[in-house]
Amino acid sequence: MMMLDKLEMYIQYPFVRYALIVGVFIALCSSLLGVTLVLKRFSFIGDGLSHVAFGAMAIAAVLNVANQMAVMMPITIVSAVLLLRTGQNAKIKGDAAIAMISVGSLAFGYMLMNIFSGSSNLSGDVCSTLFGSTSILTLSKQDVWLCTVLSIAVVLTFTFFYNKIFAVTFDEDFAKASGTKADGCNLLIAIVIAVIIVLAMNLVGSLLISALIIFPALSAMRLFRSFKSVTVFSAALSVGCALAGILTSILAGTPVGSTIVAVDAAAFGICWIAGTIKGGIHS
Amino acid sequence: MTALLTAENLSLGYESRVIACGLNFSVGAGDYLCIVGENGSGKTTLMKTLLGLQEPLGGKVVIGAGLKKNQIGYLPQQTVIQKEFPASVREIVLSGCQGRCGLRPFYNRVEKQIAEENMKRMGVFELASRCYRELSGGQQQRVLLARALCATQKLLLLDEPVSGLDPMVADGMYRLISSLNREGITVIMISHDMAAALRYASHVLHLGANLFFGTKEAYLESEPGRLFCRAGKGESR
Ligand SMILES: Nc1ncnc2c1ncn2[C@@H]1O[C@H](COP(=O)(O)OP(=O)(O)O)[C@@H](O)[C@H]1O
Ligand SMILES: [Mg+2]
Repeated sequence: MMMLDKLEMYIQYPFVRYALIVGVFIALCSSLLGVTLVLKRFSFIGDGLSHVAFGAMAIAAVLNVANQMAVMMPITIVSAVLLLRTGQNAKIKGDAAIAMISVGSLAFGYMLMNIFSGSSNLSGDVCSTLFGSTSILTLSKQDVWLCTVLSIAVVLTFTFFYNKIFAVTFDEDFAKASGTKADGCNLLIAIVIAVIIVLAMNLVGSLLISALIIFPALSAMRLFRSFKSVTVFSAALSVGCALAGILTSILAGTPVGSTIVAVDAAAFGICWIAGTIKGGIHS
Repeated sequence: MTALLTAENLSLGYESRVIACGLNFSVGAGDYLCIVGENGSGKTTLMKTLLGLQEPLGGKVVIGAGLKKNQIGYLPQQTVIQKEFPASVREIVLSGCQGRCGLRPFYNRVEKQIAEENMKRMGVFELASRCYRELSGGQQQRVLLARALCATQKLLLLDEPVSGLDPMVADGMYRLISSLNREGITVIMISHDMAAALRYASHVLHLGANLFFGTKEAYLESEPGRLFCRAGKGESR
């Protein structure tokens, strides 16, 4: 009862409500492309991009711009498109290029922050960019709106291109041969991933984004056997975990990002066991 | 006759390694072209080049005015679909209709109908809600064939369509392809099975040391044709 009372009290605060809204939207978006990312070997792009986003955030911090997203979004999108290009080019080893870019932007970002940051709490700043900050609890109304609008755009885009994304993810050669614009679709996937990563950066920080994207998809794939059911379940699971994680972090005072990822990991564990039992019965 | 596809002095290969060069042939509407040749002679590479999945090293592929990309059905050879992919048979077969959709986001009733018919035709309708990765090799092949049929409106390309099928089903398969051909669908098929290839095909393209392209009758009279047929009879396939 104590817990519920405490919760009820917290819900009164707008910043808690904002955090919950933003958390739910980001969790929903990030889970949608999880399956595609895992199966299309795009996961490396997700990882590389989160580091690029870190570098971009450092630039934004140094430039002292009010709206960091305005700097991060274009840089991350352009990188996504470039990474996709190199990934497809057989001559340049895609993996090496991505490793270079991602480690490079981490180093560059940290250096920038070190040289130019006027902040007295530098390591605290860096830490919160990497692992997510409590900034999700200090969102302004404007942040919430921006995040909501972008999330809805991501969900609509995904729904609109759902069948094409399936076709291209399942068998790109066939899709191309039979007249689906596979290249355009890949470009779209890369852009959407970039948008999701910039959004998710607020919630869990750049090092934990991949977890937010990939855990729900892997969990759902343990239990379900069709693309649609996997997609729907991983979206639901991701939202559930984000809610549970945010509430826990508020009640227990733990860091938001890592709490959400911990809940995601626990859910994966449960799904893994459930899948093993279910698979055992079936076969 | 109008050519759907023409290869002009086409060279195939990967990066700088040439596998076959100087290919000249054309496929007319209603033809049934069978591509034969030893393993590694570049049959699959040729098909991918015809489909625009990879760039030719030289020469070009000319697509006839009457043919649009979304009228082409394709059965790849042993697609490596990731073992983990969660997809039901229905979802996969339906994805064959994707080219018909254009920008429309969802499948309409006609397309669902087409998918259902083709599942029934290939005998996989009972498996519609099963997971693709849990099927046997032969069942998977039939699912991919049903998907190819969904995409086929004018031209059907098949890369070893009967590999993994048992002889009865393979036979039915050949008859089905042949009946599609009689309905006006142009067929390009890669096959190891000379007997079947020669029973149904109208033209033959032989890849390898001595290239040959021409009608089936001319092929049987030709040097590579006679050699290859004799070798083929000795094989167990
Ligand atoms: N992706 C690839 N990269 C480089 N070489 C390849 C690739 N795929 C096939 N090859 C080579 O091209 C040759 C022709 O292959 P392929 O077209 O698959 O022959 P076939 O289908 O007639 O058996 C083979 O020697 C093969 O080793
Ligand atoms: Mg082959």
